[in-house]
Amino acid sequence: MALLQIAEPGMSTEPHKHRLAVGIDLGTTNSLVASVRNGIAVCLPDESGRTMLPSVVRYHVDGSTETGLGALKAQATDPRNTIVSAKRFMGRGLKDVAHVEAMPYDFEDGPGMVRLRTVQGVKSPVEVSAEILRVLRVRAEASLGGRLVGVVITVPAYFDDAQRQATKDAARLAGLDVLRLLNEPTAAAVAYGLDNAAEGVYAVYDLGGGTFDLSILKLSRGVFEVLSTNGDAALGGDDFDHRLFCSILERADIDPPSLEDARRLQMKAREVKELLTSCEEAPIHLRLGSGELVDVVVTRNEFADMTRHLVQKTLTPVRKALRDAGLTPEEIKGVVMVGGATRMPQIQRAVAAFFGQEPLTNLDPDKVVALGAAMQANVLAGNRAEQDDWLLLDVIPLSLGLETMGGLVEKVVPRNSTLPIARAQEFTTFKDGQTAMAFHVVQGERELVADCRSLARFELRGIPPMVAGAARIRVTFQVDADGLLSVSAREMSSGVEASVLVKPSYGLSDDEIAEMLKSGVEHAGDDMVLRALREQQVEAERVIEAAEQALAKDGHLLDADERAGIDAAVARLRELRAGSDHRAIKSGIDAFARATDEFAARRMDNSIRSALAGHKVDELEL
Amino acid sequence: MSVTLSESAARHVSNFIAKRGKGFGIRLGVKTSGCSGMAYKLEFVDDTHDEDLVFDSHGVKVVVDPKSLVYLEGTELDFVKEGLNEGFKFNNPNVKDQCGCGESFNV
Repeated sequence: MALLQIAEPGMSTEPHKHRLAVGIDLGTTNSLVASVRNGIAVCLPDESGRTMLPSVVRYHVDGSTETGLGALKAQATDPRNTIVSAKRFMGRGLKDVAHVEAMPYDFEDGPGMVRLRTVQGVKSPVEVSAEILRVLRVRAEASLGGRLVGVVITVPAYFDDAQRQATKDAARLAGLDVLRLLNEPTAAAVAYGLDNAAEGVYAVYDLGGGTFDLSILKLSRGVFEVLSTNGDAALGGDDFDHRLFCSILERADIDPPSLEDARRLQMKAREVKELLTSCEEAPIHLRLGSGELVDVVVTRNEFADMTRHLVQKTLTPVRKALRDAGLTPEEIKGVVMVGGATRMPQIQRAVAAFFGQEPLTNLDPDKVVALGAAMQANVLAGNRAEQDDWLLLDVIPLSLGLETMGGLVEKVVPRNSTLPIARAQEFTTFKDGQTAMAFHVVQGERELVADCRSLARFELRGIPPMVAGAARIRVTFQVDADGLLSVSAREMSSGVEASVLVKPSYGLSDDEIAEMLKSGVEHAGDDMVLRALREQQVEAERVIEAAEQALAKDGHLLDADERAGIDAAVARLRELRAGSDHRAIKSGIDAFARATDEFAARRMDNSIRSALAGHKVDELEL
Repeated sequence: MSVTLSESAARHVSNFIAKRGKGFGIRLGVKTSGCSGMAYKLEFVDDTHDEDLVFDSHGVKVVVDPKSLVYLEGTELDFVKEGLNEGFKFNNPNVKDQCGCGESFNV
């Protein structure tokens, strides 16, 4: 029999129509699933009461798979078939993955994404992630008593299209319907209810087991934009454990321990670290396999001293992220702490000192991302009252645009636009009688095509011949809620149409994304000058072409001197066009316009005269 | 006669209301829908109506509208765990038969 949950006033659902939705934090080290029950977001535990599922999958020879704690324990004995941290490989080619040589896996560089050879054959990171998601789905359906209508999965803010698409593929493979992918820092902010808070800029400090991420979010009209991200892919709580472990070895003054003793001491170090969040000191009393006795006491202050450099190391990316966003610490309205390692008092103190305010810590930092995702899933599944604002939180990570004359980028959909989105812009022909047009879709923040990433090319043919600038070609960019882009072009008078569906290709690394964003900011000044120059060059080319055509057609209206004058003006403008001073070209174009004024006027008179020749006044419709 | 909460249900309801941060109590009701005619309604209460009846059970305000009370008289709301799932269950003496899911019933 189904068990009932308490609904919000007026929101009771019809029998069998409960829209069960969950949020999943698909982490590098651990994954969680959460749901809103009785009006409150909670993480769903497994049979033993554990909410965290280690993100580890082990492939057995007999064809079965094991996920979670059991698989994690086999990491030492069966490393090749026990996949940890599959998230690091999602949507990445072999060359994108750092420290491949240090990993125990048998890699195979597949098209677009790296794959792993196991006893059960070649597995892609998508399949490994799907295994983790499947376990969480089964847990959720058992806990909620029914099939899920949808799920919100969180991804790092710096994930590119390829990594997001890979995450979505994994969900589909696990039989889950993705309502939306949500940025992890955004999920944490949602869990704290910041989406209902005052508009402003927030920082999310996420120190996990092995990675550190800092994100600067801007909240405006209920939408979070990611202003900047930074981090350290090789810094986490584990480094604090290791520092403590080394210190215990030094103090106990013992011989280098055996592997087994080292493992026990490392676990002890972790316990001590956790104990020191609530106690002033922690004793270690451990008899090693070698017979030696470790008997030391570590105080909270000692621990803080020995890890000071690690705490400081997290502040470097914080400064960088603030600088990228063009902000000072005082401009941050609130700081959200994510990740178990942020429980350490020295971290909280350092963050508070840096930002000049106490960070938000009252939610469990291990669960906060999953809880935010669950709240978002609940809204998207339609379980909240209608008057509640819908949140549109997915944004485009990089601007989308088209190549225009001169190798310039015309941005059509700006970065951080919320999804889904459709944007149209009109373009026109450059030459008289032009019947085809090539479109080049690019992604990036720079002004020149060469500095952006090419996504797709297509052509529109069958444009009726018209004078340059008369054709109206409407180009529509459409990005659906799943982040898939389609671009279509339509000539408005004839209705001819062409379009292309852009499937994100796996393989743009977060370094590349970060690099593209960074260079967009760094080169903003250069790019502006370059754009101005190209624009003036294109304009000069256009007026020269127009003048030459006019001369060919109506050259007889000019006497030899006048003709020589205009020819000289064309030559002068050509010369200026080849230069690199956009202001000189602009004034050249103005001068050219003045030099050809008289010619243009005469052509106008002439064409009116020829249009009127042979007609009586009363035949004209005036 | 009245509508009551089991001790466990009362404890969970007060806990949920506290975490929700607001709420007068809990509303029990029936709707005419579902596969066997009637369906249960279980909601937080922010505002009561004039005609509502309010019972006190283990310190929790239980709100029932008079039309629903006809079908709910003597009902005890319980909180139970079944495997990983947990939630509320209506123990309603008026029910003649109910659909397998227990979400709807007939009197």
